[in-house]
Amino acid sequence: MDNPSQLVQYILTGLSNGAIYALIGFGFAIIHNATGILNFAQGEFVMLGGMFTIFILSFLNIPLPMAIVLAIAFSTLVGILFERLAIRPLKNVKPLSLVIITIGASIFIRGAAMLIWGKDTHALPAFSGNEPLYVYGATIMPQHLWIFGITILIIIANKLFFSYSILGKAMRACAYNAYAASLVGIDVKIMVLLSFVVSAAIGSMAGIIIAPLTMTSYDVGIMLGIKGFCAVIIGGMSSGLGTVLGGLLLGLLESLGAGYISASYKDAFAFIILLLILFIRPEGLFKQKETQRV
Amino acid sequence: MKKKFFSTMLFFVIATILFVFTAGAQAFAAPPIKIGALFSVSGPAAFLGEPERNTAQMLVYEINKAGGIKGRKLELVVIDTQGDPAKAVQGANKLIKDDKVAAIIGPSTTGDSMAVIPVVEKAGIPLISCAAGIKITDPVKKWIFKTAQNDALAVARIYEYLNKQKIGNVAILTVSDGFGSSGREQLVAHAKEYGIEIISNETYGPKDTDMTAQLTKIRASGAQAIICWGTNPGPAIVARNVKQLGIKIPLFMSHGVSSKKFIELAGDAAEGIMLPSGRVIVASQMPNTDRQKKALLSYVTSYKNLYKVEGDHFGGHAWDAMMLLKGAIEKAGDKPSAIRDQLEKTTKFAGIGGTFSYTAQDHAGLTKDAFVLVEVKDQNWKLVK
Repeated sequence: MDNPSQLVQYILTGLSNGAIYALIGFGFAIIHNATGILNFAQGEFVMLGGMFTIFILSFLNIPLPMAIVLAIAFSTLVGILFERLAIRPLKNVKPLSLVIITIGASIFIRGAAMLIWGKDTHALPAFSGNEPLYVYGATIMPQHLWIFGITILIIIANKLFFSYSILGKAMRACAYNAYAASLVGIDVKIMVLLSFVVSAAIGSMAGIIIAPLTMTSYDVGIMLGIKGFCAVIIGGMSSGLGTVLGGLLLGLLESLGAGYISASYKDAFAFIILLLILFIRPEGLFKQKETQRV
Repeated sequence: MKKKFFSTMLFFVIATILFVFTAGAQAFAAPPIKIGALFSVSGPAAFLGEPERNTAQMLVYEINKAGGIKGRKLELVVIDTQGDPAKAVQGANKLIKDDKVAAIIGPSTTGDSMAVIPVVEKAGIPLISCAAGIKITDPVKKWIFKTAQNDALAVARIYEYLNKQKIGNVAILTVSDGFGSSGREQLVAHAKEYGIEIISNETYGPKDTDMTAQLTKIRASGAQAIICWGTNPGPAIVARNVKQLGIKIPLFMSHGVSSKKFIELAGDAAEGIMLPSGRVIVASQMPNTDRQKKALLSYVTSYKNLYKVEGDHFGGHAWDAMMLLKGAIEKAGDKPSAIRDQLEKTTKFAGIGGTFSYTAQDHAGLTKDAFVLVEVKDQNWKLVK
């Protein structure tokens, strides 16, 4: 096999993994922008999406699309419960305490999933067949097209929601200044809850569309969560294009690094990038530096 | 006065009855023989420990139902090591000091086994490990035996087949954990004696979800076959990625995925994949002349009846350990040193993992005959003849 098509393969692989990271990163960004906390249970929503779908498919004899909708609904419910039971009861605490609570919640959700569903890995059937598609001598699966398509849809929906809808604008207002937002009549609590709803839904969606490719088990959330976190850090915590580019960049570097340097360091690339960004440009690669007005 | 005499008599009668009754009960039921079990029932190696524990418990139940060993019941004390060597050592100490077990079966992993060896050797208790690592019984340690097949035997099976097919250049793709690195060592170490050249040597992480980058590199290397060494789910992803990339060269897996779970995860992509495995997954396809067939079928059916899932290769390691122990106790009694001496005399014990013959120089007891090559055909295992 000649070198150009090898390169195309690395790029395709990198982009499709990157799209997944971006989607998971979105969940981080939305909650961070509404509440100022980093939700480290984001990876668990990804796991819940995949596991719920498999669980529903094996117990109820319903078509895949129905199962997916139900699985997203269940995962979102877990997100709501999480916010109501673990985040809202704490008033006037530092964001750091909340971040630690999300780590606790992620361990709890993972443990519960292990007890309920066991430790086995499960595979979800592909949405549209298993025959690979050829692109310039490289191959991708039809499922990759689903991943690209859904990621693009979610980016557009996000943009529309946060820029044009009243609810989206209200959420942004809370993120900017919760106190001022409450003075103009925005219910901050509802907005925080809503941010958990949206990010749980997006996270579980990500978990479902990747499950046919990567398979899923109770512990897939850890690594995917970290990769999503890297994507959002590179993107500077934006819930828009920055995170998408961050995810794609991470996916590409991983895949090219594994192909041309060594696959043993695949995960190390993600962390090296994360550290470099945090050292050199903590505000993210694609964000303009905020200017303080005096 | 008379009344007092009567009550004294009554007291004596009752006391005598009680005495006779308890003494009699003691004479009839000798104390049970305690066997310790160290299995990683939870944690990352639960796929080993769980079937092993289930198998051991099933056997103890069956042996006791049939009247025990020479009228004495067995008692199994199971400790979950969670795949953590520190917990395995604590567990071994507890089994030896508190429970005073006659022998120990397990641990499930090579790491746990290596950790408990010094403890067990010092106490002088026979231990039959269910882990595969070659260093457990090489060099030979007085009190340590094992039932799981050495990785080298699995490697030999694959290389022999490659020789037959006249394939010389192979690519290996191994997982970066204990199982994968042991396999990698053996693959590299034995390549030369079979005239095989490893022209591409790649690894992947145990939690990786996409191996197309490594496989693209392997495809470019011009290898004639791929050997992948890992435990689920990694190899299933490799199988899917190989299909996705349209790679047509033969793909070999290790015995680490020789359970139905692999076929279920890899789906269509599993078709045509070959791997060395213990006979248990193809028990019914073995010729009737096979020495192990009787044990295999009995294990497979009773496991399926009790637990409603297929008994596998890993549970088989515990079956062998337990039955070897049973044989030794039947012949030599329950003194630890007598059990050890008797174990070492085991010859041609046809178990699940193979036909065991221990000697003073060999505490692993198997030859490469312990593995057969199987192929996935129509979503099922098929024996390659």
